[in-house]
Amino acid sequence: MTNHTNQRPVIRTEALTRHFTRGKKTVEAVRGLDLEIHQGELVAFLGPNGAGKSTTLRMLTTLIPPTSGTAEVAGHDVVRSRAAVRRSIGYVGQGNAAAFVQRGRDELMSQARAHGIPRAAAKARIDELLSAFDLQEYADRPVQTLSGGQRRRLDIAIGLLNHPEVLFLDEPSTGLDPQNRANLQEQIRRLHEDGTTIVLTTHYLEEADALAGRVIVVDHGVVIADDTASRLKEKLGDLVLLGFGTEADATTAATRAESVLSGPTLIERAGTQVSIRTPRGADSAPALAIDLAAHGTPAIRMEVHSPTLDDVFLDLTGRSLRESADSTTQTEGAAA
Amino acid sequence: MTTLTVPATRVRRTTQPLSKPTGFLTDTWTVLVRELTPKLRQPASMLFAMVQPLVFLGLFAPLLPAVENGSALQWFVPGIVVMTALMGASMTGADLTAEIRSGSHERLLVSPLSRPSLLVGRALKEVVPVLFQAAVILVVVTPFSFDLHLGGVLVGAVIVSLFAIGLGAFSFALATAAKEQDWIFWTVQQMLIFPLLLLSGVLLPLDGAPGWLTFLSDINPMTYVVEAERALFAGEFPADVVISGFVAAAVVAAAGVLVGVRTMERSS
Repeated sequence: MTNHTNQRPVIRTEALTRHFTRGKKTVEAVRGLDLEIHQGELVAFLGPNGAGKSTTLRMLTTLIPPTSGTAEVAGHDVVRSRAAVRRSIGYVGQGNAAAFVQRGRDELMSQARAHGIPRAAAKARIDELLSAFDLQEYADRPVQTLSGGQRRRLDIAIGLLNHPEVLFLDEPSTGLDPQNRANLQEQIRRLHEDGTTIVLTTHYLEEADALAGRVIVVDHGVVIADDTASRLKEKLGDLVLLGFGTEADATTAATRAESVLSGPTLIERAGTQVSIRTPRGADSAPALAIDLAAHGTPAIRMEVHSPTLDDVFLDLTGRSLRESADSTTQTEGAAA
Repeated sequence: MTTLTVPATRVRRTTQPLSKPTGFLTDTWTVLVRELTPKLRQPASMLFAMVQPLVFLGLFAPLLPAVENGSALQWFVPGIVVMTALMGASMTGADLTAEIRSGSHERLLVSPLSRPSLLVGRALKEVVPVLFQAAVILVVVTPFSFDLHLGGVLVGAVIVSLFAIGLGAFSFALATAAKEQDWIFWTVQQMLIFPLLLLSGVLLPLDGAPGWLTFLSDINPMTYVVEAERALFAGEFPADVVISGFVAAAVVAAAGVLVGVRTMERSS
């Protein structure tokens, strides 16, 4: 492990802001974002649709200029040195990278030409990618005849063609079956091990959880949390559910638990059930159960849930990521 | 910002980025080759496109009146070539709406290809078949009452290409502005090509036209392109006519690329 305090971050934004004007209304999609991402980090951007994560990605990939503020990617300013940024990055957007009338291999070749890669090197790289994503069989068919999963793999292969220093993935696993999703995660992990800086947005929290060293939660255009997945979960604490024989017991036990447990603890009673959200709840639950029994209110049932990233998300934004994904798709479309 | 020190394991990358700077011409060639590849893989569609202007010529030419000095065909063919360019180039944006919808256009915007090369490469995709079509037309009409002047034709080809690049860029801008709504693109495209065509005097001479029509024809850049082509195809090089045609085509090209790039910057 190396200390990177002296090292220049691969991605740095200062007060990065983007407004959209729709008629007379101004939408502040991203509001003063300050970020530092270092070489080799694997960062997941989480946020409900319309939170500003896609807009941020679009600014970092030079698709749209910021309204104000600055951003640097791979040492290049995203406004002044767009060409240099584009050469350093790989981008897998939400759509398909290959046109439907094209063949996969032709599109990989056009991407190679766009990056100025000599023909022989390009051919070798294309074969490498086709086999890595199990696409050899489909490479010479028109893209429109491929399945959704095959197209998605092709998108990712195209994004990786130039061995990018920084890879941006906008919901890369959408449309992939579990096997292909696992395969993608494996590819991402391998790139990460090789020191590629990776920024991804995803709706699959398990994916962010499994892959990302760092999770940045964005909502209403600002960062509301920025930490490792495990620390975010640790901060939220485990959920301990206790069932009691009577409501009176539950009420007494809730009061008792409040005085026994330390740390930021949230206790709620509903009927005969007491729910406790507390850091390291799994560790304190056995002692708590014994204590409650000793005080005449024995629990008759107990469940302990370690938090998921979705719980963290719900806690931070008041919304479940899944719910918001379904209900606000339209706002995203309007803001993008 | 939350001050955060994530213990990122810093690994020195073993792979080096493959990307190298490219120039405008290389980029344009890349875009052109990408655009033409699917068409070359389906030669039947190309062949059909080649025959189209011949059908038009075959059905229209017999209706041409006999003229005193020279042949009607000599007057008519250059106009048909410019018309073919207009029809072809104005379609440049048609494939683009599909690519905007699917996401492949976005990928090209993030790639190192320069914005002007995306425009010019796409417009050239329509120019290449136009030049082939022109060649086919000339081969077919030369045995009839048409004198081929190769030098003039080649200079004419340069002017038509420039004009087509400009039109193609405008078509591209239109498709970008229409975004995913095909009907906007087609409505505007259809609405514009016919006035351009009729006002340029391709099909009928505008000699006896009323003043307002003459005025509209005078501000139509295509008029100058058609006049230059007529002179050049006849093997004549009147400086003022040729230069006017060239300037008109160059202005359309420059304006098209400018508008196209600006639209692209705004929309993405």
